[in-house]
Amino acid sequence: MRFLGRRLGFLLVALWAALTVNFFIPRLMPGNPAEAMMAKFHGHVNPAALHALEVAFGVNTHQSLISAYFSYIGNTLHGNLGISTSYFPLSVSSVIAKALPWSIGLVGVSTILGFIIGTVIGAVAAWRRGGILDSVLPPIFIVISAFPYFWVGLLSIWFFALTLNWFPILGAYTQTNTPTWSLSFIGDVLIHAVLPSFTILITSIGGWILTMRNNMITVVAEDYVKMARAKGLKPRRILWQYAGRNAMLPNLTGFAMSLGFVISGAILVEYVFNYPGLGFMLLQAVQNEDYPLMQSLFLLITVAVLLAIFVSDIVTAILDPRTRVRT
Amino acid sequence: MTAVRALGRAARGTFAFLRRDKKAAAGAIVLFILLVITAFPSWFTPHDPAAEVYTPGAGLSWSHLLGTTSFGQDVFSQLMAGTRQSVLIALIVGFFSTILSVVVGISAAYLGGFIDDALSLFTDVVLVIPTFPLIIVITAYVKSATFWLMVGVLVATGWSYGARQLRVQALSLRNRDYLLAARARGESSWYVIAVELIPPMTSLIVANFLGAALYAVLAESALQFVGLGNINAESWGTMLYWAQNNEALATGLPLWALAPGVAIAVLGSALALLNYAFDEVSNPALRPVSGRSRRKVRS
Repeated sequence: MRFLGRRLGFLLVALWAALTVNFFIPRLMPGNPAEAMMAKFHGHVNPAALHALEVAFGVNTHQSLISAYFSYIGNTLHGNLGISTSYFPLSVSSVIAKALPWSIGLVGVSTILGFIIGTVIGAVAAWRRGGILDSVLPPIFIVISAFPYFWVGLLSIWFFALTLNWFPILGAYTQTNTPTWSLSFIGDVLIHAVLPSFTILITSIGGWILTMRNNMITVVAEDYVKMARAKGLKPRRILWQYAGRNAMLPNLTGFAMSLGFVISGAILVEYVFNYPGLGFMLLQAVQNEDYPLMQSLFLLITVAVLLAIFVSDIVTAILDPRTRVRT
Repeated sequence: MTAVRALGRAARGTFAFLRRDKKAAAGAIVLFILLVITAFPSWFTPHDPAAEVYTPGAGLSWSHLLGTTSFGQDVFSQLMAGTRQSVLIALIVGFFSTILSVVVGISAAYLGGFIDDALSLFTDVVLVIPTFPLIIVITAYVKSATFWLMVGVLVATGWSYGARQLRVQALSLRNRDYLLAARARGESSWYVIAVELIPPMTSLIVANFLGAALYAVLAESALQFVGLGNINAESWGTMLYWAQNNEALATGLPLWALAPGVAIAVLGSALALLNYAFDEVSNPALRPVSGRSRRKVRS
């Protein structure tokens, strides 16, 4: 349990760091661009909401930096994220709530799928050391993982949507459809998700394959794997029940640590496909100079990544007794 | 004299390494070509990359190897001229990130105790905060990010992974006998770190440099692509920005959008292949096995 306590402590420290960074960035910028944005608001917004924005960006406040900092943290923890300027007069939270399910559906599912497929391929590649999988796949995926995510998206749009006409080009569903729970609409959503999901899969899977393969190579050399072989256990059983299980543990930690990179790439995939998730919305907010929305999205993406890391820590603690005993 | 001899030995060692490892050799050759283009861009640009004077939207021809943009610029010349920014970003960000990683990672491991705890916590926090959204937020306030601002932001967000890896390796070396011997001889901490601790970690440090350089290339091109860099810069990401905004793919000019992407991918792959090769140097277990020695490894 001390392990989980430590990880929970880390989660809180990281959250606090993200909040603090978020608070200070607009204040450290030359000429405070937020001030121009605030000028547009006067007279349009109720005073309480205006005050929350002023606190968040440090405009027109006679507060000291320290008390502004604490009231900002208080506001944020109460879910009071302010008002979106580009979707005026909607609040930031309600705008985000519309984008969130799309991102979880697309990015969440593709990332987890990529991790599972990559781990399986990596384990098999290391198991047949020197086999076709082991000698062909790693170099291919090293090369693919060096491709820019957004460009792989562009390439797949050009090839699968524009040239072959197999899939729609943009969006999460056909614009003329109204979102309902009908079968035809769900089918429409799925077909729109194929290309962006494929892009995330193909660019993220290489990392999982390589790390799993490398862990597996170390584990396969361990004595207990030799012992299992000597006992005459079926290779399949040794692969998954003995070696694979242990090689997966560092990969889970690696998953947590590189999640930030994957999410960063997914932002661009959403942007390229005009997929109405958080990443697309973040870049839209940047273009519209909607600073409250932009900063809340940064915060939300960070919180999502940190929570995912914490979940993978819990899973590691459940799977690996050593983390529960040591430290 | 000894320095010259050591350099010669290092050069011979590198050469032998490249001859043995095909992946590394491919990466090194590509990187070398790109460095030549970076140093002498005018040798490779047949036309002025910015001039909008040619037939817009022309296809492939001998005078325009990759066609022209819908503004009437030569795509091939833009591609060659854009090499410099990506290569420089890779080298400069890689260099400074690596220095930061080495300083933080090795101080944490060598000094230990409270300093180690604090530095490790700091490293982990920087590592898990998603960097790209952070970079977007910072550059959004600045409007048009200059080259050096981009370098600064990418270094600030790109050092943490390396610092973590270097700390782990330095920890495993810290209590080796030869380090204890150096300390027992009464050498200063600086001497022990610089002469005894860092040299055995060279391959990991080089791998980190390559990893940070790859991160910088991808992040820089992404920033330029979404228009958060300088949209008048000569860079691959900027080419993609203009191609995307003018719907190059849909209007029958796919080369305009595909060529810079291929260029980024080529530079990125070269760095990644070298990185992988250096990983194999620092961890011999990962080296490829030939058909004959395969049985030995498996049994």
